[in-house]
Amino acid sequence: MGATIATYAIGTRYIEDPITVALIILCLAAVLFIIAFIIIQGFEKLAEANKMKSEFISVVSHQLRSPLSNLRWAIELLMSGKLCKINEKEVEYFKILKENISRMGEMVSDLLTVSRIEQRKLPLKKEEVSLGDLIRDLILAFKPWTTASNIEVNFQTEKKLPKVLADPSQIRLVVENLLDNAIRYIKDRGEVKIRLLNNGKNLYFEIEDNGVGIPKEDQKYIFQKFFRSGNVARYQTQGSGLGLYIAKAITEKSGGKIGFHSEEGKGSTFWFTLPISLKESEG
Amino acid sequence: MAKQILFVEDESALQKTFGEILRQEGYEIIPALDGEVGLRLAKEKKPDLILLDLVLPGIHGFEVLKQLKTDQETKAIPIIVLTNLEGVGDVERAIALGATTYLVKAQYSLEEVVGKIKKALGE
Repeated sequence: MGATIATYAIGTRYIEDPITVALIILCLAAVLFIIAFIIIQGFEKLAEANKMKSEFISVVSHQLRSPLSNLRWAIELLMSGKLCKINEKEVEYFKILKENISRMGEMVSDLLTVSRIEQRKLPLKKEEVSLGDLIRDLILAFKPWTTASNIEVNFQTEKKLPKVLADPSQIRLVVENLLDNAIRYIKDRGEVKIRLLNNGKNLYFEIEDNGVGIPKEDQKYIFQKFFRSGNVARYQTQGSGLGLYIAKAITEKSGGKIGFHSEEGKGSTFWFTLPISLKESEG
Repeated sequence: MAKQILFVEDESALQKTFGEILRQEGYEIIPALDGEVGLRLAKEKKPDLILLDLVLPGIHGFEVLKQLKTDQETKAIPIIVLTNLEGVGDVERAIALGATTYLVKAQYSLEEVVGKIKKALGE
């Protein structure tokens, strides 16, 4: 519209014949209309392709889950020794099978979560959650791994903290991903420090490790899906590059913020905030 | 007498594996490979518990659940939904229809599922 008025104004200044001006305007309007139509078509096709990709991931992931559960349960049945007696060597190999099936299961779950985020179908219940209890549970669940890796996990928190308003299973996924990364990228022995503080309207969670850190040039890509930092991939081959993308999406959808600072060779600190439940702050 | 569990699941591999562990636990398993057979056997046998998958050939699991919970003969039987379907609102829908609990297979170990079954049977 603006371009048409501008063309009319310029046209009447330089061309005397009003019919010629009208024709120029009509031609210009037609060209603009065609360009707009092509751009809209392009966006629609892009959106459609993106939707199909997400739906494809969703269908494939669901289809992968069934054989994975069958495998997992069949191995668990064999390992239980209820079918037949198994020796130590067999147990060792069953454990390898089970661990790898779990890894595949986690990868499929991550893909499903990503697909839901992209389709804007990530279910987020709003419940009052005790973040401190959730963190303590996870530290306990990670204990066998941290002990085996010579890593000490320290959790510092204030005595009485309000609850946050969030989806407990999704927030668990966020903390789990951050804790997993902190432990995974520590070379040899190390320490992970977790802090949980009250910032007034939010709870502030921070996790610090003395691991391999993130090179400066990679830091801007760290929350992109499938991105894995070069030094990290050299040091630790396992990982989908989806954990931080998922953590960011969940935190932001829960009304919080997420960020980090890191130095290669010294370690990383990741943080997020979550809004305190109104009931809690009123009480 | 052993408690009866009707296991409505179209995957024969899972019927075999999970059926085996439940037999080891002392239950009698009634297998049903689709929803139609499941509905018929539920009425005929009146099991103590029903394990129900949702993605089934023929009648969908949600429809099976609805019919079982609206039928006077079967409405009192506890039903555990055991599936890999995890769409938006699926859990809420199943609970609203009367399912006792909703378990996503991929998220539970064999031992945990057996624990949930025992709990639903009041053991």
